[in-house]
Amino acid sequence: MTDWQPLWLSFRLAFITTVLLLVISIPLAYWLAYSRWRGRAVIEALISLPMVLPPTVLGFYLLIALSPSHLVFTFTGLVIASLFYSLPFMVNPLLSGFKSLPPALREASYTLGKSGSTTLIKVLLPNIRPSLLTGIVLSFAHTIGEFGVVLMIGGNIPGRTRLASLAIYDELESMNYAAASTYALILFTFSFSVLLIVHLVNHHFSKPDPLS
Amino acid sequence: MTTAGRQQMDLAFEVEKGQLLTLYGPSGAGKTTILRILAGLTSISSGHIIVDGDVWYDARQKINVPTQRRSIGFVFQDFGLFPHWSVYDNLRYAMPKGEDPRLMHELIELMELGSLQDTRPTFLSGGQQQRVALARAIVRKPRLLLLDEPLSALDDDMRHRLQDYIERIRRHYELTTVLVSHHLPEILRLADAVIWLDKGSIRQQGPPEKIFPPAPEKT
Repeated sequence: MTDWQPLWLSFRLAFITTVLLLVISIPLAYWLAYSRWRGRAVIEALISLPMVLPPTVLGFYLLIALSPSHLVFTFTGLVIASLFYSLPFMVNPLLSGFKSLPPALREASYTLGKSGSTTLIKVLLPNIRPSLLTGIVLSFAHTIGEFGVVLMIGGNIPGRTRLASLAIYDELESMNYAAASTYALILFTFSFSVLLIVHLVNHHFSKPDPLS
Repeated sequence: MTTAGRQQMDLAFEVEKGQLLTLYGPSGAGKTTILRILAGLTSISSGHIIVDGDVWYDARQKINVPTQRRSIGFVFQDFGLFPHWSVYDNLRYAMPKGEDPRLMHELIELMELGSLQDTRPTFLSGGQQQRVALARAIVRKPRLLLLDEPLSALDDDMRHRLQDYIERIRRHYELTTVLVSHHLPEILRLADAVIWLDKGSIRQQGPPEKIFPPAPEKT
């Protein structure tokens, strides 16, 4: 009998992380795309860092940062860690979306007397829908796929912080191959399907593929 | 900055209220840049811009009215139409809140856009897009109309009709206009004054007949 709890936890974590990332990343990517501040390269590099760092490095620093607040080994702690871990997967597609728009779109809206926020919501975001979709799907899928960071911050507590990716490792350790295989197959099918959907949708919009 | 790269620009000019000034000159002379400076889209290091007695820019007093609060209508060379909206929605977005929609409907009719109202810009020809961009810039009744080669993509027939229309609406609403144009017949027809630019400075300035005297007739 499959224990669905880890899968449910994984999806709940991914959903909350994706929603929060969307709220954080839209203004952040907008600012990065149009700011003339010279230091923004440093911010861009920092945001992309989780893509190349070993998850244990990020986990180590987060563990130290979160320890005084008693958020370690809690679901909230997992959400905070996931926000850092998946941030580039939301910000980067949005950033390239904004940068691919012709400057005249934004400027035309300004000349019509519209504020920066009206321009963002009514003109820019509707024109980067493929990038929004890519960001949402990649952040969700990437959060589902976390292992190292969530192991260090969450501690693999059943029912609270034991996610699907950790459950596979656990079942394997206790030689429970059938259960491990079920989790693995579900995660594999899920990840493949979402990536396939993103590619199909982006082909449909016939814009340069943000994944490549 | 011009299309020829970074370059020093140093010039001063005045346009009388309700008049049409044409900027003429080779590419890279700084024509588009002047329009962008007037719109507040390109920044300058010194000088001032005064419209109808209101200071839009003054380097010394550190005044720089943002683009959104300058009463301008701008027709961009690549139009800058919003691709996710129909022609009608593009115009409606440009209307200030609470404004009488009659002008918009009048413009739709005069620009012959009636049958295209529900079409998105992507499905329009260059000339049709240009008409939409022109209508969108005028619908706010701006104090300063900035036109960057607004009729270049039109055939002669439509070009003539829109020249008439620009002329009429400009006089009717007393729209002070700065037009970038390469097209001599158009300049002679529309312009009250011409500035001939070269490499960021004024080469010649005056009424169009003086700058482009008619060629002596061959006998």
